[in-house]
Order: sequence, then C-alpha cells, then structure tokens
Amino acid sequence: MATTSDTPGHGHDHAAHGHDDHGHDHKPGFVARWFFSTNHKDIGTLYLIFAVVGGLLGGILSEIMRAQLQFPNNHVVTDGQQWNTIITSHGLLMIFFSVMPALIGGFGNWFIPLMIGAPDMAFPRLNNISFWLLPPAFVLICVGLVLGESGSGWTLYPPLSNSTYESGMGMDCTLFALHLAGASSLLGSMNFIVTIFNMRAPGMTLHKMPLFIWSELVTAFLLVLAVPVLAGAITMLICDRNFGTAFFDPTGGGDPVLFQHLFWFFGHPEVYIMILPGFGIVSHVISTFSRKPIFGYLGMVYAMVGIGVVGFVVWAHHMYLSGIDVDTRAYFMGATLVIAVPTGIKIFSWIATMWGGSIDLKTPMLWAIGFLFLFTLGGVTGVVLANAGIDEAVHNTYYVIAHFHYVLSLGAVFSIFAGFYYWIGKMSGHQYPEFWGKVHFWLTFVGVNLTFFPQHFLGLSGMPRRYPDYPAAFAGWNYVSSVGAYISGVAFLVFLYVCFRTFTSKAPVADNYWGEGATTLEWTQTSPPAFHTYLEMPRIS
Amino acid sequence: MPRASWGGRSMWIIKRLLAVVAGIVFSLSAAPFAWAQGVVGAPQPWEMGMQHSYGPIKDRVISLHNLVLVIITVITVFVGALLIWVVIRYNAKRNPIPSQTSHNTILEIAWTVIPVLILVVIAIPSFRLIYYQDRTPDPDVTIKVVAHQWYWEYVYPDQGNIDIESRYVHDEDLKPGQLRLLEVDNQMVIPVGKKIRILTSSTDVIHAFFIPALGVQRYAIPGRTIETWMQADQIGIFYGQCNQICGKDHSRMPIAVRAVSDADFKTWVEQTKKSASAAQLPKIASR
Repeated sequence: MATTSDTPGHGHDHAAHGHDDHGHDHKPGFVARWFFSTNHKDIGTLYLIFAVVGGLLGGILSEIMRAQLQFPNNHVVTDGQQWNTIITSHGLLMIFFSVMPALIGGFGNWFIPLMIGAPDMAFPRLNNISFWLLPPAFVLICVGLVLGESGSGWTLYPPLSNSTYESGMGMDCTLFALHLAGASSLLGSMNFIVTIFNMRAPGMTLHKMPLFIWSELVTAFLLVLAVPVLAGAITMLICDRNFGTAFFDPTGGGDPVLFQHLFWFFGHPEVYIMILPGFGIVSHVISTFSRKPIFGYLGMVYAMVGIGVVGFVVWAHHMYLSGIDVDTRAYFMGATLVIAVPTGIKIFSWIATMWGGSIDLKTPMLWAIGFLFLFTLGGVTGVVLANAGIDEAVHNTYYVIAHFHYVLSLGAVFSIFAGFYYWIGKMSGHQYPEFWGKVHFWLTFVGVNLTFFPQHFLGLSGMPRRYPDYPAAFAGWNYVSSVGAYISGVAFLVFLYVCFRTFTSKAPVADNYWGEGATTLEWTQTSPPAFHTYLEMPRIS
Repeated sequence: MPRASWGGRSMWIIKRLLAVVAGIVFSLSAAPFAWAQGVVGAPQPWEMGMQHSYGPIKDRVISLHNLVLVIITVITVFVGALLIWVVIRYNAKRNPIPSQTSHNTILEIAWTVIPVLILVVIAIPSFRLIYYQDRTPDPDVTIKVVAHQWYWEYVYPDQGNIDIESRYVHDEDLKPGQLRLLEVDNQMVIPVGKKIRILTSSTDVIHAFFIPALGVQRYAIPGRTIETWMQADQIGIFYGQCNQICGKDHSRMPIAVRAVSDADFKTWVEQTKKSASAAQLPKIASR
C-alpha cells in the first residue's frame, strides 16, 4: 500500500501552492474547458455526469419494466417488439453508459493520476476523444430505442438481430453505438495502462500501488483484450445485415453459435470489467473506515489478476445449452467454479481488514459493507449457475437475472456509491449530508433486495427472462419485486437530493477529511484539488 | 405508473371473471382425447424452490441443487454473521485503537484451500450429472422439436412421421382450469416411463425448449440439431415455455407435454396418423 510521505517542506509549501494555483490556474473558458478538455479531472467529471444520465435513463426503463411485470397481462407495454427494445436498451445503457463510465472513465480518470502522483493522464487528448465518443454512442442507442427496432436482447444473438428478423435501421444504430462505446473504452484503457506503467511517482513500485490502481490496471488489460473481439463480432453482424455476408447465417454456411462464442469471449470478461474497479474502491473505503491497512495486500492484487486471467477462459458457461459438446461443458464448468477461489480470497481479506479495526460507519463504509454482503450473495448463486447440470433447469430464468443483478446492480452500483460518498468531498470541495447519505443507503438496500431476492424464487420456479407477460402462478413474487423497484426508484430520487444538498453546501472541506485511515496520495491535495496537481513530484518512501 | 398498474389490476380481475364465465359457457365442447388426469407439472403461486420433479433427470438436478443450496446458504450466513460481528465488536466506540495486522499466512492459506475443497465436493456430483443428462444411449421414442416464430412443431420420425403443430391458447379461448400462457392446442404426447430422445432445431431464430418439471432444456438453433433426452415418471401434463428471446411473441409459445400410458400412446399415434392423412391435402395446400 502506498503511504504518503512528505517531501521536505511539503505541508507548508502546499498551502502556499494552493493559493498560488488559484491565481495561475489558467482555467480555460467554459467551452474550451468542458468540450475540448484535456484535464483528467474535468474529463472524469464529464464521465460521472454522463454515467448519472445513462443510469437515469436505464433506471426509468427498469421502472417501466417492473410496472409492466407487476401484474400479468401486458398492461403497460402492449407491444412485444417495443418490450424487447426496452429490455435491450436497459441492459446496454446500464453496462456501457452507466456502470463503465462511472467506474472506469469517472473514478479512473479522477483518481489514477491523483493516486500515483502524476500531473495528468499520459495522453490527455486521447482522453478527450475517449469521452466524446460516448455521447454520440448514447444518441445512437436512443435512436434504436425510440424506433423500437433493436429487440434482440443485449446479447444481440443472430438470427434475431440480423436483417431478416430485425430489419430496421434502429438495430444498426445500436450496433454502431457499441462500436463507438467500444472504441472509447479501448482508447481509454490504453491511456490507463500507459499512465500507470510510466507515470507513477518515484518510489511507487508496482507492489506499492494502491489497490484501486491495480484494479483499474487489470480492468484496462481486460478491455484491451476483450473489446476487439466484440468489435469483430459486431462488424461481422453489420456485414451480415447490410452487405450480404453470411458469417452467422446457416443458410449461407454460417453459424449462429459462432456469434455466441465471440460475444461471450468479450461478454464474460466484461462482467469483471464492471466489478473489478468496484473491488478497488471498496478496498480503500474499508481500509479507511477501519483505520487499518488492507489485509493481505499481495493476495488481493493477485486475486484480481487471477480473476482477470481466469475470466477469459470461462465464456462458454453462458452457452451450456447451445449444443456444445458435453466434454466442453465439463471443462467450462470446472474453470468457472475456480473463479470462486480468488473471489473468496477477496471477500475474506476485506473482512480481515475490518477485523481488529476501529470501524466508523460513515455512509461510504455502509455502501462498502452492503457491497460485501450482496456481492457474496450474488457470487454464491454464480456457483449454482456454474453447474451445467443445474443450469439446465435455471438457464435464462429469473434466477440468472437475480444472480447478475446481485453482482452488478447491487455489487457494482454499491461500489459506485461507496466511491461517490468517499470522494465527492475531494472532487467537488463540497461534503455530502451524512444523514441523507444514510437514508439513501438504507432505502436502496431495502429496495434492491426486495426487487431481486424474490427473482431467485421466480427463476427456480421456471419463469423465463425477457417475458412481457407471464402465467398467473408467477404473479405473487413479481408483485413484490415491482414494489421493491419502486422503493429503489425513490432511493434514486434521494440520491439526486443528496447531490443537490452537496453542491449547495457552503462548508469548507479539509484536505484529508477522513483522517488517519485515508493514506493514499489524493488526500495530500486540496479539496477540490487544484486544476493542475503535482507541479512538484511527490516521493514515496 | 402505479395508477396505470392499479387500472391494469382491475382490468385483469374483470378479464379473469369473463374468462370463467366464457369457460362455463364453452365447457360442453369436449377434448379430442379423454386422458387419465394424472399429475400437473406447472409453476405454483408463491413457489420458492424448484418445480416438483416428475422425472429422473429433474430428481438428480434437485438433489444436486439441494446440496449446493445448503453450501451457499452456510457460506452466505457465515459471511453475514462475520460482518455483523465485526461491525459490532470492532466499532470505533468499542475499539478506539485499531490493530495494524495485515498478514496471517495460515489464515490466507486456509481461505484459499477450504473453498477449493468445497468446490471439489460440488464438482464431483456435478460432473456425474451433466454426463447423465447429456444424451441417452437407448431411446424408446425420438421426437424432433422444431421451433418456429412463434409455435412449436413436434415430429415423431419413428411413429410414421407424425407432425403436429402446437400453438398457445388465446386468452378468449381458455377453458376453466386452463393455465393462461401455458396451455396449448396440440400437446406433445409421450409414453410414461420411456426414454424420449429430443432433437431440437429451428427454422428461423433461436428458441429454447424448456420443461422445468422434467429438468430438460436445450436451445433450438437454426442450422444445427441438438440432442438431449427426457423421461416422465408419472402420467400427467408438464408445462414449459420458450426460454430464449425470439421476437415479439416470445412469451406466447408455451410447451405442454402429456405423458400417457403405453397403450394410450399407441392409440394416440394411430388416431393422429389417420387424422393427419385425412388432413394432408389441405395442409399442403395451405403451405
């Protein structure tokens, strides 16, 4: 773990610098600052705002879906095609336009340079284009949604996504949106890798790097290796749709299952891409609020590396029922079960970090502990699903929906909120209201559990996913689940109120407002940090 | 949104009432075959676990799931209890001076090795199960399941190529006691206690043939044939649904499998053959 060391005369100089910076900050004008931005903090802020917008739209779609499913009989969205478009857009928005921009673009951009003592990212202009590829992608996704022509599910399986069954240009827009979002992620992650490898402060060896940096580094590698495969698959699909090729069309000698292999070769690492940065954030939050160094630092690092590596060789567990050979299924089952081991190491190391600590249950810590429990719950249902034999009875049912929402909607999103409450004072110079932060946590905790826990029951009972309407037997738990979704919706409104209260608060915020538990370099900077930080290189002892 | 939902609720109740009335009116119309009633394999209201098993595959799935469920419940409760204990015992008020311990080799080895052992306990029966489920060496009946947008077609190649199409029963045609979105016009009929080889394929997009009560599920993919098998141990009817998104009527292509005695199955085959040959001409013409 990197600990701050003060360069000689650091404390005093720093304050002087702070004032000095204000005079010489050279903040550009509005358009130049926010549209042509090359400053990692501004770009991080743009990403975070973007993630909130994406999450808001994706969340509105969730509420529509839960309103539809509250009772059987198609009473809200009566058209099946429109329904399919909504579920597709919900998935893509939440993954590519909310969770990833928040955890990678947002917190990654903000805190990689601050935590490694670098003045900015290695390629500031590349950083700018990584962000600005996203808004057009978002617009294209919305076109697909509004036209109601991208009803393939987020997995985009052909033939349903090819020109015979989804002939409108909305589907093409959705595919191009993924191309743009993918290019954005690729450029961003290359930037992260170069920055982390080359711009660490003197003394910060790889094994002293904060865990958040490690998590972003592993994530960046996963993106660089996985996204091109998605890009290839999508390009082939676009060619099938528009230029008469038949990569995935059996009547032309192609194979729909090839697409599934390519998609999940990207898609499975993608789920680790979404959760790994969360692991990093949670590590810092738990260490800070237990006032203890992280337990088993090296184990934590190599558990993440291990998850990243094994995450690439388990993809076909999404395809147990696609007719792959039984020996192949046996391999993928074994490999998938193995992932539980490094994940277990992380969970127990976090608990061991808290053990013997002096725990302060501030809002970020609540989110982190909530993350620990809910991620465990989502993780163990993953062990159930890994068993190809059991999967045969729950594949594509609500059990799967419950599983991946526990690890993503509860896991990744809880880590995003942990990060938000942990760092918002640092990023904005305004502190959040503690009481409302806790209200936000408890409402969300109750809401999401009420939403997703009953979905395990629905899945075991055999309710298929992506259904706009269902047999009466499933009505009971669906009703409970919808009530939970409404509570989660209210919780999101509370979050918006928290943001409002935060940004209107006038109280000054100290440099290191969490005290001795917070040991990483960003806490040596002012809150908010100067427009240009580390004009003088910090040294790590 | 909630207002619309409550409106939907009352509409739903009214529709159910209408369906009951309509059902009573139409109850005179007789089913083409009078099957022995038998068991019903369908989801139950407020069900919290897997659907009841009516076949040897599902028996084994449930027994493995029970084992894994116990293990994961113990793990989750253990982690939850540790968290609660840690938060109470090591609260800043009770423990103002934090320890600075950050290593314990034995502990770290333990929480690596113990999970591995647990996984081995799960993996052994799990491997056995997938090889059991995969296919059967000695099928008694073979049925080709051909998926279409949005209905199923069942072909019995070793029963004179009987070819039946199975579509969902529209709400207005439901008879009392029939299950909405599960009932079909022509059920797949199988002999009870026999091994049924299933060969799935599709003529358009990917679908999935899924019968929870028998523990069988496979995708139906255009351009390839996927083999698996199933067996029903009791006379009765087992409902399933298409389980891979296949377009706008994904939720409207249920599956109903009726398991009947051997004698009944033979009678059904003969009668179906006869009515099929009678209907041959118009069927071809309609294509």
